[in-house]
Amino acid sequence: MNGLVMKSTVPNTLTFLFGFFLLFVNVSELSAQQSPANQTAKPVVDIRIGYLRAYEPQLALSVLDIPPRDEGLAGANVAINDNNTTGKFLGQKFTLDVEETKFNADVVPAFKEMIARGNHFVLTDISAKQLLAIADLAKDAGVLLFNVGATDDILREKECRSNVFHTAPTRSMLADGLAQYLVWKQWRKWVLLYGSHDDDKLYADAIRRAATRFGATIVEERLYEDKGTARRTDSGVVLVQQQMPVFTQNLPEHDVVIVADESEVFGSYVPYRTWTPRPVAGTAGLVASSWHPASEQWGGVQIQNRFAKTTGRRMLSKDMQAWTAVRILGEAVTRAKSAETKQVEDYIKSDEFSIAAFKGQKLSFRNWNWQLRQPILIGDGHSVVSTSPQAGFLHQFSELDTLGVDRPETECKLK
Amino acid sequence: MRHHMCLLAATVALPFLAQPSWANMVYVSNEKGNSVTVVDSKTMEVVKTIDVGQRPRGITISPDGKIVYVCASDDDTVQMIDTATGEIIGSLPSGPDPELFTLSPDGKTLYIANEDDNLVTVIDVESKGVIAEIPVGVEPEGMGVSPDGKTIVNTSETTNMAHFIDTSTHEITDNVLVDSRPRYAQFKPDGSEVWVSAEIGGTVSVIDNATRTVTHKITFEIQGLRSEQIQPVGIRISSDGKKAYVALGPANRVAVVNAETYQVEKYVLVGQRVWQLAFMPDGKSIISTNGLSNDITFIDTETDEPIKSVTVGQLPWGVAVAPN
Repeated sequence: MNGLVMKSTVPNTLTFLFGFFLLFVNVSELSAQQSPANQTAKPVVDIRIGYLRAYEPQLALSVLDIPPRDEGLAGANVAINDNNTTGKFLGQKFTLDVEETKFNADVVPAFKEMIARGNHFVLTDISAKQLLAIADLAKDAGVLLFNVGATDDILREKECRSNVFHTAPTRSMLADGLAQYLVWKQWRKWVLLYGSHDDDKLYADAIRRAATRFGATIVEERLYEDKGTARRTDSGVVLVQQQMPVFTQNLPEHDVVIVADESEVFGSYVPYRTWTPRPVAGTAGLVASSWHPASEQWGGVQIQNRFAKTTGRRMLSKDMQAWTAVRILGEAVTRAKSAETKQVEDYIKSDEFSIAAFKGQKLSFRNWNWQLRQPILIGDGHSVVSTSPQAGFLHQFSELDTLGVDRPETECKLK
Repeated sequence: MRHHMCLLAATVALPFLAQPSWANMVYVSNEKGNSVTVVDSKTMEVVKTIDVGQRPRGITISPDGKIVYVCASDDDTVQMIDTATGEIIGSLPSGPDPELFTLSPDGKTLYIANEDDNLVTVIDVESKGVIAEIPVGVEPEGMGVSPDGKTIVNTSETTNMAHFIDTSTHEITDNVLVDSRPRYAQFKPDGSEVWVSAEIGGTVSVIDNATRTVTHKITFEIQGLRSEQIQPVGIRISSDGKKAYVALGPANRVAVVNAETYQVEKYVLVGQRVWQLAFMPDGKSIISTNGLSNDITFIDTETDEPIKSVTVGQLPWGVAVAPN
């Protein structure tokens, strides 16, 4: 405030007082007239971002793979801090409004409460089914959704929406990223082992599509039926050591074993236990993802350090997907110079929009389904092995569009 | 993997035009090699390799040429190298993860960007004491100082701003929004403008130092390259203020920009991932660091043709040249 007053020319006390009065009644108008040099007393604009998540404790085949309690959410919080560091120079204050529900719960009541609390921007980490239950409700309420969790292609295809942006990659993007690397390695003969749950089958579909797309052959497929088994038993490892070689016996000649087991029923048991010694990729072994806890390229060290310092753990893909969504909103509010939903939406949907997210190049949205185009990291449990798109996979518009369903093939009709 | 275009060009360039008259020592920080390579500018040959701390990046030299300062990023320190002996003679406190810094024109104060802490640290070189810590935006990176030493400009990579800091009060006076991931800030020699590169945005913003507003935005187009591959990083402006050189990262080129019309006049192919630049003191050539080619390229500033590439250590990052 002092800065404002001191920088005005004040001929006498009366105008000084009047000026002071004005300052109180219409701060925003006054500061808008200030040159950028005098921006010490910007009025603060509050930007509330909602975060709707489905969470239940989950088990995994390896205790190392159990999702952290705040997976995704932690990334959003780090981005809120980042936005606020920038915001202190621009008069922006971001806050996160979190609502938690269960995996198969009806999310509509929770979402309605979020709308009632004035959320116009909501990040969602819920299932495709849950997202579809609120997408049109959101549209009617003028709410923009940012899908940070669901990889289902259908949300970007048949069931796409003009008010839903996706920072999570699709299964087809992940499968294509992996396939490009395997083909670059000349590992073209694949065996596909897939689980019996819906998500496993969708991942397997993406793998089949990727094989056709990039010239690989699936020489045999095997279904691993989930007959219900405890993931944690004292002597289970002895059984597994017997089961997995038998499950992978008598396969035709192949270069690599692809596992499609999002449900964590058998995938992590496959590496090192196959009948013939072959590398394993897919949902176990060499995995494609939007981020990797060990990625340090392209300035990645900085976000990794920041994240680890704040949360006490390494940054996972969902954390990065949520971080990116919150940063997109921060960037849009700054560039559009407005926190109004319409202005923010227009900016994100414009050709000017791009976002930096430690992946070596700018990321932007596919304007036919609002999927964020992004490089896919290929890594094992310890390190990043490669980044797709691989060199040589060309595209007329963007190499990033060699990953996932491209414009000519899309089934999305935005409405 | 190495680029041979530049070597080929070297054989056709006129060596007597290109050779600087003085032999100046050129100091190159090798990010992955944990070393500084010393190159004789006259013979264009490596004369020495100095082992330094972990992940050396930002590098600069005192105005009298006696001390080279290197940010050893992963050791959280700035090391000082005696140019007479090539020995490390000490270190300065830098705050965590120093990447880039700038030395005041009188050589007495060092301004360091601390990426992890959103701070600019101000160091008194003689007493080795921290004078001030200035909170800035997310991931501070580029540091530029005005020729009169009164203003420093820091760029913050995730905030996407150039922060103007008054060196007498250590307060931010202006924040200018630029494009995505601003990497480097360079004042014109007359102090009238600051040029700021944006790596992901792919642009250079020209900021008028009097009004602190962006007056021009320079964009780059190279046939056969996608816009995502053009990532401006290091900038140098000639002492007469007429020409600017911009390192374009993975575009493998240095752009030559007319600093009066803001038009790009030429792209010089040098090596892979061009990062930083430094003029020879006579201004007749400029040196680029080519990270993924593990070399540096001398470019003739009259013809803007590469003269010669010299292999240095692993992942050359920054370069500083001893004054005459």
